[in-house]
Amino acid sequence: MTKRRLRIMVAKPGLDGHDRGARVLARCFRDAGYETIYTGCHQTPEEIAAAAIQEDVDCLGLSCMSGAHRYLFPETVKVLREMGGDDIQVIGGGIIPKADYQVLYDAGLKGVFVPGITLDDIIKWINENIVPNVSD
Amino acid sequence: MEITKKVREGSVRAASRLIRNLEDHVPGAKDTIKKIFPYTGKAHVIGFTGSPGAGKSTLIDCLIAQIRKREKTAGVLLVDPSSPFTGGAILGDRIRMQRHSLDPGVFVRSLATRGALGGLSKAVGDAIHVMDAMGKDYVIVETVGTGQQEVDIINHAHTIVVVLTPGMGDEIQAIKAGILEIADIFAINKADREGAGKLYRELMYMLNMADGFPGGWRPPIIRSENMFDADSFEKSLEELMSSIGEHYQNLIDQDILGDRVRRKTMLELNEALHNAILDPVLTKLVETGEMDSMADKLLKKETDPYTLAEKVAKQYLSEL
Repeated sequence: MTKRRLRIMVAKPGLDGHDRGARVLARCFRDAGYETIYTGCHQTPEEIAAAAIQEDVDCLGLSCMSGAHRYLFPETVKVLREMGGDDIQVIGGGIIPKADYQVLYDAGLKGVFVPGITLDDIIKWINENIVPNVSD
Repeated sequence: MEITKKVREGSVRAASRLIRNLEDHVPGAKDTIKKIFPYTGKAHVIGFTGSPGAGKSTLIDCLIAQIRKREKTAGVLLVDPSSPFTGGAILGDRIRMQRHSLDPGVFVRSLATRGALGGLSKAVGDAIHVMDAMGKDYVIVETVGTGQQEVDIINHAHTIVVVLTPGMGDEIQAIKAGILEIADIFAINKADREGAGKLYRELMYMLNMADGFPGGWRPPIIRSENMFDADSFEKSLEELMSSIGEHYQNLIDQDILGDRVRRKTMLELNEALHNAILDPVLTKLVETGEMDSMADKLLKKETDPYTLAEKVAKQYLSEL
């Protein structure tokens, strides 16, 4: 079977209401040929994790501009794994200082993308690093 | 644990992956559907259709709350269009109903049309079976909000709600064929806006002109106003929920439930026959190069497509 079409979710945990970046990414993913679910602002980690499992996404992208990523991103990964979403890769983006990257990687994120990276580079990275899930 | 068992026990993860495998035509997914098929036919399937922005997702969000209030469970299939250029899609309906995402009695799954016309995707029929087999009391299907011809939903749903908003045309629009014909229930959303009264009257005139209704069911017109006025909106949704229940009861009482189910069954059968008979023949023609050589003959006007097709049929279908 040829590589299946990627399903990806863009989610904004917490109170940060700055969603322009998330929407730009959602459009970019559509243009890259992914089926993209956008769950909007003001979601709890639990709501995002539950939605990701219901939607059978391969990759969950978390967006945060308000500095709450050190709590929200690891919490979302934790809850996602607890709910049974073992094969969903998590990536993150937003306003994230370089000093925080390792914390996020240690918590289970596979990639961190901040202002300065191009959309083409993000798509290239995803195509090379995120493999669509195929098990039953 | 075998997939069929997991689905029947309500595993969201197994069901969602199965739906994906059906969308992607993974061999083996069809085998699972065969095993699941005997356990389907219990859910009340409700279709929501109407123009983009009419408020289908918002109404479904509130309908889910009504369903849960009655301690029933719901599966929801939300269809959005795939890009004709890239094949990608933004599936943006579930954003309106995220408040239910932690409710174990609600399973919401978004699908892309993947080029299918008619307002749905090819996998929706099977996805309905999966949710039915999971034991969901209701399966709600939201079509792509497009135009007047997106009527595929009639082949899948027991009850069809057509969502309209004021200011979208006049009485001639109201009598055209297409989605207005398929409604079991009309929902005028954003009925606080200008033109709501006119729309209501136009629908009434259209219904008054009808020469009787199947099963004696005249589609009611439910109006819902400003969604931010919670009390009034909730009252309209209760009305909608009651109407949906009454419609289903009418199908049973008038003995026409069977007709709807038969229509869906015939469609599925046709499609399965199509796939089983046509696909292997087409694949063979492509493999042997016969498809190309037939095209060459046609371009040189040596023969016509109908003669060629009859020849292929005679060759491959020995019983005809």
